[in-house]
Amino acid sequence: MKIAAVIPAYNEEKAIASVVNEINALKKNTGIDIVAIVVNDCSRDQTVQVAAQTDCVILDLPVNLGIGGAVQTGFKYALEQNFDFAVQIDGDGQHPPAEIEKLLKSMLEKNLDVVIGSRFIDKIGFQSTFMRRVGITYFMFLNKMLTGQRITDSTSGLRMLNKKALEIAGNNYPDEYPEPESLVLYALNNLRIGEVAVEMRERQGGVSSIGTFASLYYLFKVSLAMFFTYLRTRNRRPEKH
Amino acid sequence: MNIFADHCFADACRKNVDMEKIQIIAIIASLSFLVYIGRLITKGKLREEYSIVWIICTAILILFSFWRQGLEIISRLVGVYAAPNLIFTGTIFVIFIYLLHLSVVLSRLQQQNKTLAQEIALLKQKKESDHA
Repeated sequence: MKIAAVIPAYNEEKAIASVVNEINALKKNTGIDIVAIVVNDCSRDQTVQVAAQTDCVILDLPVNLGIGGAVQTGFKYALEQNFDFAVQIDGDGQHPPAEIEKLLKSMLEKNLDVVIGSRFIDKIGFQSTFMRRVGITYFMFLNKMLTGQRITDSTSGLRMLNKKALEIAGNNYPDEYPEPESLVLYALNNLRIGEVAVEMRERQGGVSSIGTFASLYYLFKVSLAMFFTYLRTRNRRPEKH
Repeated sequence: MNIFADHCFADACRKNVDMEKIQIIAIIASLSFLVYIGRLITKGKLREEYSIVWIICTAILILFSFWRQGLEIISRLVGVYAAPNLIFTGTIFVIFIYLLHLSVVLSRLQQQNKTLAQEIALLKQKKESDHA
């Protein structure tokens, strides 16, 4: 059972080494066959050079694609290399790799296609800023309206996908702020989505790429995108089984 | 009961709701435009972020097609003599900004395209020299 840890990294020279090392430590301690895949999104700092010093696979994008494009590259690689699962881990150190075990367990036990690591089920660890949580609650409501599913942490990047979900994500993944939008895509393709409580850390290095004014723009744009993904996928919905 | 007040109020309502032909045309055109944009997005030919400007403009156009008084009020506020001038000025301003935005996006795309093409050429060369 091979797992690909897709680590999108943009200017994360400070945190990337420890993320990769923690993943390799997880492999050593638990025997889970996991490979760290760093997707360098055309960083302007030494991210790639730092990553090259560690034991990982590097996908070095020649142009900047944004988080969606970078993560999708990792997914495409995972598909090509015939991995069984792919888990997205942020390159800034907010997602402790040790939590991967919880996602894997949940996916296998409950036979899910997508497992999201949610900060808000147990409400432990770093709970993010107030404005972010308002946005997350809004997306939870919008997602429920469009897909009927209740996802507590739809903006969480800590997610595990199985092969079935990877095929869908590899083909068609949103570029900007992809987390809420992709959930609509998965749900309308009848993928089984579940959540697991995880604990996240505060940023270990670097600065967040989204400011306040940009947040409002994303709120509007992603809502629009979720709505249109709903319209688009609704007509081509595969048969439920 | 001030019959004059009632009369003025009814008049004002009628003034707003009395549809002139141009208003009806504007509303139908705006709605058709919106529907067409929706279809383009659904088919994947238009990204959502580029539709935002059109959606906002069309929404404003529809608003003022219904609320004629609103146009007069805002024109007076801004200091424009004839209300239609406000529409033209505003629209042209928005179009300029939008075109500028598109030019910036295009410039970035062109740069990215060049980088990708060069990368491919270099990779091809490396592959051939590895085989040799």
